[in-house]
Amino acid sequence: MTLTRRILMAAAAGSMLLSGTAAMAQTELTFWSWRQEDKAFYQDIIKKFQAKEPGITVRFETYAPENYQTILSTALAAGRGPDVIQVRAYGNLETIATPGYLLALDQQNVPELANFPEPALAAETLRSDGKVYAVPFAMQAQLVVYNKKILKDNGLNPPKTWDEMMALAQALKAKNINPFSNGTATAWQNETIVGGLLSSMLGKEFEADIVSGKANFTDPRFVNALAKLKDVSQYFAPNFTGVDYPSSQQLFVAGRAAMFAGGSYEVANFKNQNPTLDLGVFPAPVLKAGDQALIATYYDGGYAVNAKTEKKDAALKFVRFLATPEYGTAFTNTLKNLSPIKGIKIEDPITQEVAKLAENSMSYLMLVRFRYQEPSGSVLLQSNVQKMLAGQQSPEQAAAEINKGIATYYKPFQK
Amino acid sequence: MHVSRQQPRTLKHRLWVAFLVVPPIVFMSLFVVYPILSAFAYAFYEWQGLARGEFVGLKNFREVLFGATMAPVVWNAFLHNVYALVALMIIQNGGGFLLAWLLYKEPFGFRFHRIAIFVPVVLSTIIVGFLWKLFLNPNFGIINQALYSLGLDAWAKPWLGDSSTALGALILANAWHFVGFPALVYLAGMQRIPPEVIEAARLDGTNEWQLLKTIVWPLVAPSTTILFTLLFIGAFNWFEIPYVMVGLDGSPFGSTDVLGLVFYRTAFGNQSASIQNFGMGSALATLLFLFIVVFASMLTLWLRRREIQF
Repeated sequence: MTLTRRILMAAAAGSMLLSGTAAMAQTELTFWSWRQEDKAFYQDIIKKFQAKEPGITVRFETYAPENYQTILSTALAAGRGPDVIQVRAYGNLETIATPGYLLALDQQNVPELANFPEPALAAETLRSDGKVYAVPFAMQAQLVVYNKKILKDNGLNPPKTWDEMMALAQALKAKNINPFSNGTATAWQNETIVGGLLSSMLGKEFEADIVSGKANFTDPRFVNALAKLKDVSQYFAPNFTGVDYPSSQQLFVAGRAAMFAGGSYEVANFKNQNPTLDLGVFPAPVLKAGDQALIATYYDGGYAVNAKTEKKDAALKFVRFLATPEYGTAFTNTLKNLSPIKGIKIEDPITQEVAKLAENSMSYLMLVRFRYQEPSGSVLLQSNVQKMLAGQQSPEQAAAEINKGIATYYKPFQK
Repeated sequence: MHVSRQQPRTLKHRLWVAFLVVPPIVFMSLFVVYPILSAFAYAFYEWQGLARGEFVGLKNFREVLFGATMAPVVWNAFLHNVYALVALMIIQNGGGFLLAWLLYKEPFGFRFHRIAIFVPVVLSTIIVGFLWKLFLNPNFGIINQALYSLGLDAWAKPWLGDSSTALGALILANAWHFVGFPALVYLAGMQRIPPEVIEAARLDGTNEWQLLKTIVWPLVAPSTTILFTLLFIGAFNWFEIPYVMVGLDGSPFGSTDVLGLVFYRTAFGNQSASIQNFGMGSALATLLFLFIVVFASMLTLWLRRREIQF
């Protein structure tokens, strides 16, 4: 497949050389992505870009998400690869940016970086040199998605506090309705569940303390939150330890469960599968009324420029276009994913709600802070929460295991 | 004159041989030998993504075997490979042997069953894994539904979510998938046994068990050699069924982790949890390769010696 593509590309390059001057006028950029499902959107965007820059054409190519990083890094390591690259964030960005494959961006070559909030740029920054390597494209949040109709039919309101949520779940269960459709068989779902349900109880201060080293993961705030999670898991899908990610999505989409703790990206997906669903979102419930309700946010990835591209000017023009509020608005409204660009206009009510909730947020902790080294915070959190929810270890043990793993490389915990 | 007439023919012959031999050799070197050697070389370097860093000697190997982070994961997975090997040896190869014996006796409908047993082997492993995942679904899977309808509610379990049953479920799914292969090989082995040997034994009044134990089993030893060796290699390279059914993490909490999954996660990263370390992945692959080569050769030599010529 790729080989044929390469041969075709080589042939195309050859014929372009031969046709000489005819090709000079047009600069063709290649743009790689793993978002096959967004192809129509990107092609539309490319058309809009070409209306502004008639001298540049962009070819959009996609690869399967599970192989993307491998294919991309192989191409980059061989000194090839596309001109403009959709890249991921945090630790996964570092594996590509550290070897110098990406062009560093700043306010000089991409003035539009000023349109982004600080944490969005941090997601695309290499920790070792503090430079930004990509224009961020989407903010995601972990929260609770709920089925408005089920709650309304039963005379219930979305909960604010943890006790309200437990009472709500109890009331639903009494009526033979699954309160949550979540399951824990797919490892990474355990991390999204923690983000969606526990963020408010952990709190921004906890995050700050973890970063500064004032607290570690054996902190009572973390242990108590895990204990609460164990408590609420009785309201997850039946046999939840054996329910994997697709099954839990199906349960919710079929309208057979009232709530789903997970990513804001689920909403568009749920609606596509069942357009009749009337959905709402709420942040992780707070321990006691008056506490700040939070969602856990992170950034998906960004658009980067290949450091070795011979079409740097054209590539930068395209990336600058992808950093404009005009683009952010189209991205948000078409893909129902929140663009981090300031000053966008959001049409979709749920995306508006997510944007509003994002004003009070903490980091999606393990991805944002601890997915740079092994054992990553995500690996530890996922398996230990999974084990705890299966009743094979206590919240204290889970917290201790997580802490032990991170302390092997995290200096502030080694004091 | 004489010589010059002879020479073009040999040259032509040689060219013809070269024409036949060179492409497979080039192909093998390019796609088998070279990757193995390069993985071996990669294992001695530090990596940043797929960019090679500095030479670090045996550091990656040390990490894989004794490091505080990697070693527990690797040994845990190794143990599961050993479980799988032993269990599949009994269930898959043993079951295959018994099925072969039943088919050998040509019961009613044996032609149909001979094909039916082999059908799962032909199916794609991805499909088999997915199918079994559906069967084992705790809420609408056919297995729990059957248990409920039989009134055996207490036996119903979240099979793949329970650390005490998940690995067993994978092993059974694998055995279902491949049992037709040993059955077919054993059947061929049994059909090679001269019928008079079995007739003579029967005339001497052996019962079924004695016949199997002292006549059939020793005489199908060549089949056993090949099947045990292949299973050994397969069990330590086990990847597809665990990957499809429980994912890259060896979920739940590492109870189904096998070396194939550890290798994939380490070398290529797990998008939803970890980052890649190509050097360590290469070191693990090299160790696994050496382990399989050495032990598979020893196993073959040992099994060969107990084969009987007839």
